[in-house]
Amino acid sequence: MLMFAIRRILVSIPVLIGITAILFVMLNVIPGDPVALLMKEHASPEVIARVTAQMHLDDPLWTRYFRFLSGALQGDLGTSIKLNRSVTDLILKAFPNTLYLAACAAVVSWVIGIPAGILSAVRRDSFADRFFMGFSLLGVSMPIFWSALLMQYVFALKLKLLPVSGFYGFEYVIMPAIVLGWSSAGVIARLTRSSLLEVMRHDYIRTARAKGLREVRVISRHALKNALIPVVTIMAIQIASLLSGAVITEAIFGIPGVGRISINAIQARDMPLLQGSVLFATVLVILGNLVADILYSILDPRIRSQMRKGAQ
Amino acid sequence: MSVSPAMTTETPDVIEEPSLLRDTARAFARNRMALVGLCFVLILVCVAVFAPLVSPHDPYRVALDEQLLPASTTYWLGTDNFGRDVLTRILYGARISLVVGIVPSLISLLIGTFMGVLSGYIGGKVDFVIMRLADMMIAFPSLLLAMVVMYTLGANLFNIFIALALVGWAGVARVVRSQTLALKEKEFIEAARANGTSRATIMFRHIFPNVVPTLIVLFSLSIPDAIMWESSLSFLGVGVQPPEASWGLLISRGKEYLFQAPLVAIAPGVAILLTVLAFNFVGDGLRDALDPSMKD
Amino acid sequence: MTNKIETAKTDTVLSVRDLRTEFRGDRGPVRVLDDISFDVGRGKIVGLVGESGSGKSMTALSLMGLVPKPQGHVSATRMDLDGTDLAKLSPDGLRRIRGRDISMVFQEPMTSLNPVRKVWEQVGEPLAIHQGLKRRDIRARVLEMFEMVGIPDPKARLDAYPHQLSGGLRQRAMIAMGLICEPKLLIADEPTTALDVTTQAQILRLMQDLRDRVGTSIILITHDLGIIAEMCDEVNVMYAGQIIEQANVFDLFERPSHPYTRGLLASIPKATEQRSSHRMPSIPGMVPNLAKLPPGCRFSPRCGDAMPICLQKEPGLADLGRGHNARCWLHLPHDATTQREAS
Repeated sequence: MLMFAIRRILVSIPVLIGITAILFVMLNVIPGDPVALLMKEHASPEVIARVTAQMHLDDPLWTRYFRFLSGALQGDLGTSIKLNRSVTDLILKAFPNTLYLAACAAVVSWVIGIPAGILSAVRRDSFADRFFMGFSLLGVSMPIFWSALLMQYVFALKLKLLPVSGFYGFEYVIMPAIVLGWSSAGVIARLTRSSLLEVMRHDYIRTARAKGLREVRVISRHALKNALIPVVTIMAIQIASLLSGAVITEAIFGIPGVGRISINAIQARDMPLLQGSVLFATVLVILGNLVADILYSILDPRIRSQMRKGAQ
Repeated sequence: MSVSPAMTTETPDVIEEPSLLRDTARAFARNRMALVGLCFVLILVCVAVFAPLVSPHDPYRVALDEQLLPASTTYWLGTDNFGRDVLTRILYGARISLVVGIVPSLISLLIGTFMGVLSGYIGGKVDFVIMRLADMMIAFPSLLLAMVVMYTLGANLFNIFIALALVGWAGVARVVRSQTLALKEKEFIEAARANGTSRATIMFRHIFPNVVPTLIVLFSLSIPDAIMWESSLSFLGVGVQPPEASWGLLISRGKEYLFQAPLVAIAPGVAILLTVLAFNFVGDGLRDALDPSMKD
Repeated sequence: MTNKIETAKTDTVLSVRDLRTEFRGDRGPVRVLDDISFDVGRGKIVGLVGESGSGKSMTALSLMGLVPKPQGHVSATRMDLDGTDLAKLSPDGLRRIRGRDISMVFQEPMTSLNPVRKVWEQVGEPLAIHQGLKRRDIRARVLEMFEMVGIPDPKARLDAYPHQLSGGLRQRAMIAMGLICEPKLLIADEPTTALDVTTQAQILRLMQDLRDRVGTSIILITHDLGIIAEMCDEVNVMYAGQIIEQANVFDLFERPSHPYTRGLLASIPKATEQRSSHRMPSIPGMVPNLAKLPPGCRFSPRCGDAMPICLQKEPGLADLGRGHNARCWLHLPHDATTQREAS
């Protein structure tokens, strides 16, 4: 088990290095000198030259990349141009807020998605099935920013039940979490349904019925565990889509999280900040995939023993 | 290995070719939602192409004395903060959404198919490099990756194509690769190889035609994704720039006036929702008709 | 709920009369089982033999109440299991019988066990639901069963997952599961088809041995006449959803009376041939589509002895004495059109 986890981590290191390289190249071959862009016409050529040298922007690309990489490994992601503060500090300060939002959204998506998926599979083709599946299709077909506005309009502006935006307490996170969670609830519901339906076709379900189990027990003891294995792994992978979604939700609801940092960085053309926040999010996604793989191997004894064999 | 005469000819081998189109059309026609979706898409295409003819007003005409009017018989969905007709702006927005739905999907399909067939058929180091590259692209949160591209290249429609193609090709490559791997084991490919057919010919005359049904499905399902991404980018201000009328942009501008004139922000969202739903229905219908094995 | 009838506690464990199973689909009902009547004696092994699609497995599922709902419909004048008429039980009543009084061993030991649960939990589960035993007692009882079905190193196997056992061991575990509540009847549906030849022989010997020691009656479903000859006391030959010949095993092999049975026996490979080619012997033609049956005898399109009447009218069962019946006009008066229906 531990061997597997270690091997899996080792495999993701080259991916991580590749990603930093891609990201770095994409952000550092901008047409136009970032310093001039930053300082506009106010700076004299001498000042621009000095700042450029200070930021080592005249070094060759690969030297700058290795400097960036070694800095990143030590937790130093550079300094924000606009805010003149450590990017790492800014991100770490914002991250708990994003995490809080994402966790609430994840809970919303599980609480809605899994039961809806189970019910749809068990009562296949029933009204409930059609309802939930239609609902989940709606969830994935609505742009997050639009459903956010819709909720703001209805619950904050019209009904005045919840605050429009800001981040000062639990009531501020309700709408963003529902908006963000709903879209992934649809994905989870569909996956749970199809996974459960697939499992119910297996021979061992017939065996379970042949033992005289009640249908409830057939599902809860024999079908659900198998059916939820892919669902659990998807939940870890969904960190990626929650993070993408968090960019928009945070922007709309004014939550000071990592997503908002990247938006602000783009608007301010603050390259180090953008680079740092995107890298941070990407590392989280890779971690999510890692956790998914490890979870999978814990949950499925077949994979587990394959791992053991492979490790020997 | 048995080599049947039909397999040794140089014609591309497409499994079940003669009846594929008819069977697909028939299976597709049985799916009511897919037909509804198709009708909507066709109407949308007409609206986009003939936008100047079907629109009641000029999309760019600023009328500061007619700001944020409510819905009326003149302005069916009211006017925005510049006094422009919301309905007209939405109808023109269909142009951008369709182009953004189709063009980047085509580009990522092209790249993804090429990479996927290459990766699956050649194998070895080529496969390793391409697949690791795909792993990396998939590991990026798509929206952030697209944002970075837009940041670097600048916010305009053409760069959206590049950003979305960059985000999309890796997924296509993975699917095509696995199909290629499966096809590689089929007798008719082995027969072609035994016959001394060159690798390039095998890849593009024997394998590629058999991947086409999957590509059609991938294409139709990536259109709604692309439309979503474009509207998100435009909403965030790193996509289509004003005064163009993109649905995401309309919502972004309209949200400032959510309280005075909710329709300005809400109505374009309905357009996105309906379009995405319609394309999803069509895509699902095509998938069920062409390639039931892809159903999850 | 249980429906005691007069014939209770005889030497017959199961008595099926007029079992009919239909699937009601979009294109009207298809009768997959028609007029199935047979008995299983106490402590006997009764064979159901036929090609795939002949209805053997469907007969088993009908008895178990496991015919897929809602399309499947099972009816019978009676299905008497040791005094309880299964035909009159509610779905929940049948569920209580399943795994306790009647249990089933399936063809594929590889896929019939749940891959993510330990073997002992699965084998012992019937005890938990039918007898409400505690975990510790169940575990002890499973250990006993593992010893009985000859699983080597049984203690170590309790906590194994299915994929850690060989096919033969899994089938032994399945048999242990089937017998753990000491059922009156065990249905074994092609229990050895998926196994290699040596393991096949071991599993068959195990089942015979268990029948002798525990006295469980067994319905053995197979397409392999060799297995029938080795194992069974009585045989029912099935074709296109009907029993077309039934007899004790000696009569069937000595005096096969239905042309189909004769065809099967004639094409058994000789002992010198490879046993692996011991597939269902081929008779020219194909099993008819149950939705489009020929008008007369179901076998008539493939039958070498077909007469004009065979193409017009379905034969009933002809009584050949000593419980030997054949559904064939060869043994029925030709001119008489109304023969007694099997009952």
